[in-house]
Amino acid sequence: MGTMPDGTQRDSTNSNTHSSMHATAQLDDGIVPDPSLPPTSVDESVRDSADRTWTPAKIALWAVIALLGGVAWFMLAIIRGETVNAIWFVFASVCTYLIGYRFYSKVIERYLLKPNDRRATPAEYKADGKDYVRTDRNVLFGHHFAAIAGAGPLVGPVIAAQMGYLPGTIWIIIGVVLAGAVQDYLVLFFSMRRGGRSLGQMAREELGVIGGTAALVATLLIMVIIVAILALVVVNALGESPWGVFSVGMTIPIALFMGVYLRFIRPGKVMEISLIGFVLLMAAIIGGGAVAGTEWGAAFFHLDKITIAWGLIIYGFIAAILPVWLLLAPRDYLSTFMKIGVIVMLALAIIVVRPEITVPAFSEYAGRDNGPVFSGALFPFLFVTIACGALSGFHALIASGTTPKLIEKERQTRLIGYGGMLMESFVAIMALVAAISIDRGIYFAMNAPVALTGGTVETAAAWVNSLGLSGVNITAGDLAQTAKDVGEQSIVSRSGGAPTLAVGLAHIMQQFIGGTAMMAFWYHFAIMFEALFILTAVDAGTRVARFMLQDSIGNFVPKFKEHSWRPGAWLCTAIMVAAWGAVLIMGVTDPLGGINTLFPLFGIANQLLAAIALSVCLAIAAKRTGPKYLWIVAAPLAFAAVVTITASFYKIFSPVPAVGYFANNAAFAKALADGKTSFGTAKTQAAMEAVVRNTMIQGWLSIIFVVLSIIVIITAVMATIKALRNTAAGLPNAEHEDPARASRVFAPAGFVPTAAERDLVTEWNQLPAGERLEKSGHH
Amino acid sequence: MNAVLAGFRGFAGYLGGVLGADAYKKYLEHHEASGHTSPPLTERDFWRDRTDRQDTSPQGRCC
Repeated sequence: MGTMPDGTQRDSTNSNTHSSMHATAQLDDGIVPDPSLPPTSVDESVRDSADRTWTPAKIALWAVIALLGGVAWFMLAIIRGETVNAIWFVFASVCTYLIGYRFYSKVIERYLLKPNDRRATPAEYKADGKDYVRTDRNVLFGHHFAAIAGAGPLVGPVIAAQMGYLPGTIWIIIGVVLAGAVQDYLVLFFSMRRGGRSLGQMAREELGVIGGTAALVATLLIMVIIVAILALVVVNALGESPWGVFSVGMTIPIALFMGVYLRFIRPGKVMEISLIGFVLLMAAIIGGGAVAGTEWGAAFFHLDKITIAWGLIIYGFIAAILPVWLLLAPRDYLSTFMKIGVIVMLALAIIVVRPEITVPAFSEYAGRDNGPVFSGALFPFLFVTIACGALSGFHALIASGTTPKLIEKERQTRLIGYGGMLMESFVAIMALVAAISIDRGIYFAMNAPVALTGGTVETAAAWVNSLGLSGVNITAGDLAQTAKDVGEQSIVSRSGGAPTLAVGLAHIMQQFIGGTAMMAFWYHFAIMFEALFILTAVDAGTRVARFMLQDSIGNFVPKFKEHSWRPGAWLCTAIMVAAWGAVLIMGVTDPLGGINTLFPLFGIANQLLAAIALSVCLAIAAKRTGPKYLWIVAAPLAFAAVVTITASFYKIFSPVPAVGYFANNAAFAKALADGKTSFGTAKTQAAMEAVVRNTMIQGWLSIIFVVLSIIVIITAVMATIKALRNTAAGLPNAEHEDPARASRVFAPAGFVPTAAERDLVTEWNQLPAGERLEKSGHH
Repeated sequence: MNAVLAGFRGFAGYLGGVLGADAYKKYLEHHEASGHTSPPLTERDFWRDRTDRQDTSPQGRCC
């Protein structure tokens, strides 16, 4: 294996310098292009000179972007007025993303990944017309974005808003540029170079048996936690909400109908049935209001959280064993349709309405560790709470799944991997804006557990006013009126982030379309799409976890590796559903408020997965470059590792009961031993026993996660050091990339083709149709 | 008016691409380009095969 990962010969003395003086045809990358075809890559010297030529217009453009971004950050961070306009969030984020994309992602491209468009991608050399299909870059961008975006970036920032808007905003925007988007880009690129291999397979190859196994087990456990807590968000949003239960419940028959339609009536008419489904969905939301308004409807669909949780568990099991065509595939269409529509609509509404934000930059809780929404100090808990919008380990599973099999040209990974994650971060910023556009008093009344608010409007208003928050003074009437506006019986203690986001979105959208009369519709519209995303994630997550479990058991009992063997499939599905179901029930019945204690575990799990993904990337990157540019991977890895390991240690060792699981466990166990019948927020002995049980489980989960992740990180650092030593000693490193093959197609790298790319496209278009491969994507 | 219609078509085509509605068309193109002599799957069979294969190779959906 004497070649560098970018295809250049290792023994060439200048493999790390640019070959910009060479013409492309003489490149020493071991690839022999078909001489009858035009070049498959823009000449490097042409691209370099275009990148490095700064025309006055280009300088002016970037100066304006930088200036606008600077002013926006100044308005958000420095100016301390009564209010700040939401439009500054849009400018600060978009300008920072543009600069990060144009400059930082190019550094990663140029010095670390070195994509080579002369190489064929898996979509070209493994093309089968089904899984490996060259896809138009703009379409793939939407496709990848729809696969990575979900409920996570919508709820994390809402919960983090407890500390004020600025800490969350900084972490979402800076975090994505330096960490989240980097992770997605690297994983996508490395997986593409390996024929679309999964993160687990890459971990096994690069880190060996111990590191690989630890990564696999950690991934499995982390998926269980993530599914459980997403389910908890849905349960909290639907509990005691007849309207929500009806309209979300209706998505099941709608999806079944769509599935049957696509299978038997008009196969392949995806757009048509998605439109029909969308109309039915709107009807379900409107109908939900009517049904919840009737006496029988309100009685029949008024379910408590425990009933809904059990319903979700049973649903999760059935959905995961039903064939994909019947439920999962059609709901995925609906979910994608809604995702793109909602995000475009929310962005438009925020730009048009430009709400004034009264939430302070740093709230009273920014310097404390006993906030009512989530407990723990700003560092590290703010960073794990925001999770998906800034850095999401879950994306590594997507970026090493479907997307790398669809990429047309290597250089497009920057747009899709890095650019796609910037979009997700923008969604998180908009969710944050929506959440902080509502009154702070209402925010705390909605997001604190019942144990604090007392559950009624009077007690909640009294509790919120007793917090001593500046500018906060709500009455029971305010809370009752808000609930009435959004068509709910109560909004007190509707924690989990989703209801708060829905109120915020309804608040913004009603100023855009429809006025107060439409608030209830917008609220349930928001609840509906969040539930839709989450149900899809729960269903798909259970399936993926089931296969991982089947493969793992299959190492001991080979029969389990047969995926079509029903008893094995059902047993493994049942185990996975039981695992997340147990955590869900624990969260729903938790006297301490469920979300308050479990959401940090969700964030920690997600970012530990990110640390695992970045570890694998570090080990791979060390083989392709000297130590000089490894900081691109090492810096986000170090940050993610420090944040998550510190957070885990707080959760395990903190003597503060509100923060440490075991400290809480000890406090409650002692109270029980002392014969107390009520302690803190637990009003009965049974509730106290539940706390003892829950904290013990949560504590041990934290320990297992952090130990597994530390094993992965250590094995990755060892693999990295070994690779660097080999390189220094001139020894070859084991290479797991697929061999380089010459590409026979060309496509531009970014949204807007450069002049050189346009020329090449013209040259390719002049080829007789028979001599080139079919064009990708839509025509 | 034509420009509006073309714009709408383009948007619908894009959305269809993101949803994967053009999968069969791309399969046919691939089938033709790769010079298979056997007849391609029918549209109904193609979609059946596509969803059935997802039963054994599930794709994650993110949080």
